[in-house]
Amino acid sequence: MSRIQKAFQDKKAFIPFITCGDPDLETTEKLVYAMEKAGASLIELGIPFSDPTAEGPVIQEASLRALSGGVTTDKIFDMVKRIRQKSQIPLVFMTYANVVFSRGIGHFARQAAEAGIDGLILPDVPFEEKEEFDGPCREYGLDFISLIAPTSHERIRMIAEKASGFVYCVSSLGVTGTRSSITTDTGAMVRLVKETKEIPCAVGFGISTPEQASKIGATADGVIVGSAIVKLCGQYGRECVPYVAEYVKKMVSAIS
Amino acid sequence: MKKGRYGIHGGQYIPETLMNAVTELEEAYEFYKNDPQFNAELTELLNEYAGRPSRLYFARRMTEDLGGAKVYLKREDLNHTGAHKINNVLGQILLAKKMGKTRVIAETGAGQHGVATATAAALMGMECEVFMGEEDTKRQALNVYRMRLLGAKVHAVTSGTATLKDAVSETMREWTRRIDDTHYVLGSCMGPHPFPEIVRDFQSVISREIKEQLMEKEGGLPDAVLACVGGGSNAIGAFYHFIEDESVRLIGCEAAGRGVDTAETAATIATGKLGIFHGMKSYFCQDEYGQIAPVYSISAGLDYPGVGPEHAYLYDKGRAEYVAVTDDEAVDAFEYLSRTEGIISAIESAHAVAYARKLAPEMGKDQIMVINISGRGDKDCAAIARYRGEDIYE
Repeated sequence: MSRIQKAFQDKKAFIPFITCGDPDLETTEKLVYAMEKAGASLIELGIPFSDPTAEGPVIQEASLRALSGGVTTDKIFDMVKRIRQKSQIPLVFMTYANVVFSRGIGHFARQAAEAGIDGLILPDVPFEEKEEFDGPCREYGLDFISLIAPTSHERIRMIAEKASGFVYCVSSLGVTGTRSSITTDTGAMVRLVKETKEIPCAVGFGISTPEQASKIGATADGVIVGSAIVKLCGQYGRECVPYVAEYVKKMVSAIS
Repeated sequence: MKKGRYGIHGGQYIPETLMNAVTELEEAYEFYKNDPQFNAELTELLNEYAGRPSRLYFARRMTEDLGGAKVYLKREDLNHTGAHKINNVLGQILLAKKMGKTRVIAETGAGQHGVATATAAALMGMECEVFMGEEDTKRQALNVYRMRLLGAKVHAVTSGTATLKDAVSETMREWTRRIDDTHYVLGSCMGPHPFPEIVRDFQSVISREIKEQLMEKEGGLPDAVLACVGGGSNAIGAFYHFIEDESVRLIGCEAAGRGVDTAETAATIATGKLGIFHGMKSYFCQDEYGQIAPVYSISAGLDYPGVGPEHAYLYDKGRAEYVAVTDDEAVDAFEYLSRTEGIISAIESAHAVAYARKLAPEMGKDQIMVINISGRGDKDCAAIARYRGEDIYE
């Protein structure tokens, strides 16, 4: 059983996202351990991209902070290797197509797998373009994670059929960022996926409060939270670890 | 070639949230592009409203001065709103209207595409919001006012480098927020399929007219067609109907900014490499980790780190040539055309004029060159004055 499959075993998975190198990679590494201890089941590590078109202002700014701090894909791979000596928590990279493409897709997939990464999420690679990325990922044992959106409708079946690892269900229209209310019937999206394939479904985009997590978590296998955590990193900088750990603990107990 | 691909370039690299919207657009376009009623309406708008066909003007003084090829200027600057942008915008907004959309959004660099979109939206009674890099709202304050006057809402984009690429990113983000009633009027032959094809088709009226007009005036084809290239919409429009005519040299003039050997450049084909960004695979200015480079040009309309996928393909095939023109050369050409022909072109188009000044003397007197004057230069006067050390108030 893969690490990702284990993340969804016998419990609802809480999946935090952080931007690597915001404010620096030492803090990112500490955050991984602290979030694991606080009950996170799987962690999304964002490789910052200069022009993240699917992100709202919070993650855009974090990406800029990280890049101006000098973080690079090479340094992130090294950090993952360090983490893997201490932790077996499932880790997936979330970044943009060009970060992977510019390195050579096969090269990137091999290095990521060797470092101990379990999966890859590219929000600007839809089903129609996925083969170019999915092939090399499969070759090196990475799950290429598929996304479905509130606008996907009849596309859900086709996407679910070819999905691996878990399915990332986008809860709302628009870009990442906290929202006061989520109106999409995410339970229905999850049901449509499961009609086609028995694969874990995690819901993300816009979730920030324990109440939202609990409600969404009731009909999903996992809950993904990015901006609310990245906001704490932006607010507290190098001191953010205990604040993030406390927040993760709260969210984990809300969905348990 | 696969649908939406130009060789290895093109594709649809966009968030899942937008996939059904681009598929719907593709289906609508496939239907309406062959619909006689749609085409009749569009032709009527282009002729009666935008003032087409635009003139193909023989630049006698420039020809005599350069002493080589006969120089013709395709006067897209004479179109309503002062640039070629209106050709694409009228097509796309008419299409959006047929699709039942009530709101349009657009990015703009120099402001020409924003003004054209605001204009057509006013004409067709649609809500309009334009995203423009904050840096560009300063460089092109007059165009911001024109858009507001036309009833559009202008958002100054502060993210990233606050220029055209950030305006495109922000417009894409806005489209994912609100899709049902909204069409994204993309202004260049770039982005995810079907945009590069739609924009090229609507702009290809330029080369169709050049071909007919030159046949009438000279009884043949031109030897070279020159156009400036940012994303590349005026260039692809000026090239398209000549692609099959192998004897016609197609020359795209990119913005070198302070020089292709400096970091302050926007010459994508000269300095970029293959990548994936803004929905397409093409050439992009980027660093070794795939981070998109902050580009620079005096021209807000060419200040973009990528190039449309069909240009990337024409370059790969060797069918079109791409040359880089510096700020200095473009400003010189801006002044040269003003004094020699009494035509104040856009600083974007002046990049093509600059290369024409080098090329024409090398060509024979029996040869013919066409330069696409993609827009008028009123918007640039303050910036050029500043470049020359003079402060003027608009």
